[in-house]
Amino acid sequence: MDWTWFHRLASPPHVYALAVRLTPWFAWPAALCIAAGLWSGLVLAPPDYQQGDGFRILYVHAPSAWMSLMVYVTMATAAAVGLIWRMKVAHAVAASCAPIGASFTFAALVTGALWGQPMWGTYWQWDPRLTSELVLLFLYLGYMGLRAGIEDPQRADRASAVLAVVGVVNVPIIHYSVTWWNSLHQAPSVMRLAKPAMPFAMLAPLLLMLLGFTLLFAALLLTRLRAEVLARERAASWIREVVSV
Amino acid sequence: MNQRDGHVAETLGALDAPGAQPRDLPAPARRADAIEAARLALLRDLQLAFRKPGQLVQPLAFFAIVTLLFPLAISPELARLRELAPGVVWVGALLGSLLALEFLFRDDAQDGTLEQYALSGQSLTGLMFAKTLAHWLLTGLPLALMAPFVALSLGVSAAALPGILLAVAVGSVALSLIGSIGAALTLGIKRSGALLSLLTLPLSLPVLIFGARATQLAIHGTSFLGPLELLAALAVLGVTLAPLAAAAAVRISLE
Amino acid sequence: MPEQTIEADNLHLWRGERHVLRGVSLRLARGSCLEVCGANGAGKTTLLRVLSGLIYPEEGRVLWNGENVRRDLRAFHAVLAYLGHEPPLKADLTARENLHYWIGVRRSLESEELDAALGRVGARTWCDRLVRTLSAGQRRRVALAGLALLPVPLWLLDEPTTNLDGEGREVVGELIREQLARGGMVVAAVHHGLPASLRNLTRLDLAA
Repeated sequence: MDWTWFHRLASPPHVYALAVRLTPWFAWPAALCIAAGLWSGLVLAPPDYQQGDGFRILYVHAPSAWMSLMVYVTMATAAAVGLIWRMKVAHAVAASCAPIGASFTFAALVTGALWGQPMWGTYWQWDPRLTSELVLLFLYLGYMGLRAGIEDPQRADRASAVLAVVGVVNVPIIHYSVTWWNSLHQAPSVMRLAKPAMPFAMLAPLLLMLLGFTLLFAALLLTRLRAEVLARERAASWIREVVSV
Repeated sequence: MNQRDGHVAETLGALDAPGAQPRDLPAPARRADAIEAARLALLRDLQLAFRKPGQLVQPLAFFAIVTLLFPLAISPELARLRELAPGVVWVGALLGSLLALEFLFRDDAQDGTLEQYALSGQSLTGLMFAKTLAHWLLTGLPLALMAPFVALSLGVSAAALPGILLAVAVGSVALSLIGSIGAALTLGIKRSGALLSLLTLPLSLPVLIFGARATQLAIHGTSFLGPLELLAALAVLGVTLAPLAAAAAVRISLE
Repeated sequence: MPEQTIEADNLHLWRGERHVLRGVSLRLARGSCLEVCGANGAGKTTLLRVLSGLIYPEEGRVLWNGENVRRDLRAFHAVLAYLGHEPPLKADLTARENLHYWIGVRRSLESEELDAALGRVGARTWCDRLVRTLSAGQRRRVALAGLALLPVPLWLLDEPTTNLDGEGREVVGELIREQLARGGMVVAAVHHGLPASLRNLTRLDLAA
């Protein structure tokens, strides 16, 4: 079997060049999708019959919450690849994911709280989604803390990779236990963010935003990855060629 | 080989010299099997712990003092405290077990024991499991034995105590295992206490949730089998996965 | 008897920006000893740890009997004894207890063997004292007793003579001579040089 593609993929100069080339292909569609999603979600979509205009924060909250999980899974996958095949670039990907994921998680929490004020009359409810989201934020913070705490960069890569893999095994368990816990202590909330049947005019902007956020993540990841690769390879000779061009 | 610009060395074996004869090798000693190795690793930690009994008492004292805080901060009414008892017991047990984690691998990392374990030719996963088991015997089990007294002081009736003991005993197995991963990952970090909590507590939440629920049901005198089974499932999952992760983390710390 | 060799092939390792191992190659045949020299920070300990499989080299391979040791690290560790520059002893156990646990994890150990090893390093009178009460040289001797109980084909020794008096250094020389005589191999990182009584040493200078 020909493995050259794999080795090319693992080589930092190649990854750097690829990231430079691919970034606009994600950044522009992301901007378009988000602009269209915001316009159709905030202006065109009809107000909700129960929540009025308040529901519109959903168009930021739901994609952020979705991304917070997806970024974690991406991070753990990259970390596992880095651990198994000792691929440095994969560790750089995982390192680039963490702050992005933490930001999405934070955005999901803030928008959730803002939505809670008009809906629940309080900024914070120990709702299972928000609670899980908060735990996820701690998982991200722990990951970044461990990475920052270990001085040797390679050990930091590998130790945080173990943590990411352990975390991704635990995320479903935590989510399940938090949902289980909530079902004991609270009557099911009347207002759910995602309703089973959503009219198309409300759903379409949401899908646009989901797509837009996913593309945004890809663009952000590539940008961060470039910086990460540059920082890691600062002693290498190919950097001089790239930077002088 | 010699054209390379690096450092090169090649030895001429003494045995290749004319006339040299290898002496008879001693009969190779029987290698210790995995069970024997794990047994010794466990016994070593137990013996060391009993040489320094002061450290054993610390988590228990911590558990007691955390318990004392609640009546002082909230109210001395037993009726109210009884409602809070599951939370107090589990937060106290969780923090007590966390407190002892810092010592789980620290000395072994410093004096080279972990290095010898990693190079012993034995399964490092098995040795990690033995160490974690020792940690549970030295902290989790004593905390579980103390939990009924804590509950008693919070106005829980005596009938509920066996259930509380059981729940904390099973749950603390999972806590020790989860904690072993965090302790191994933070090896070599100075002042790792806060980071260790940040890594370990989010992963411990399911144990806290199921454990507190089992305790609550025990206090109300109803069957707590459901959450207890979930706790046991977490412990089993921990037994299968945590020593692997801890062994990987220890190897990384030695790189 | 199968041929036993340890080989390293063009090892490179960076630590951060520091190029610690710059293309180290070596090959040891049965019954031979390699003395690794170099100033502090020249990478002696790092080389031993790479050879032991604890550290992955960024380039190059370590071969045991021609096979990459990564293939079966545990089997490789079973034929290897590594002595770091600190004796791997617990301060709160006696010398004898330390050996019982440390060596017992690897091989079955009779108490007569243990006594004999402690006697060889001159530890018989103090082997039941806690290690925390022993001097640095005595601790080093306990570690040597452990080494004597591990007659595996490959010894990796990091500064084995540190803190030892003349008599203790002779014990090191004797142990190494025995190891070589039975066809074993030794790689020793040394700052001060191995006892002069050892012959057939090959030297690898990392500073050059």
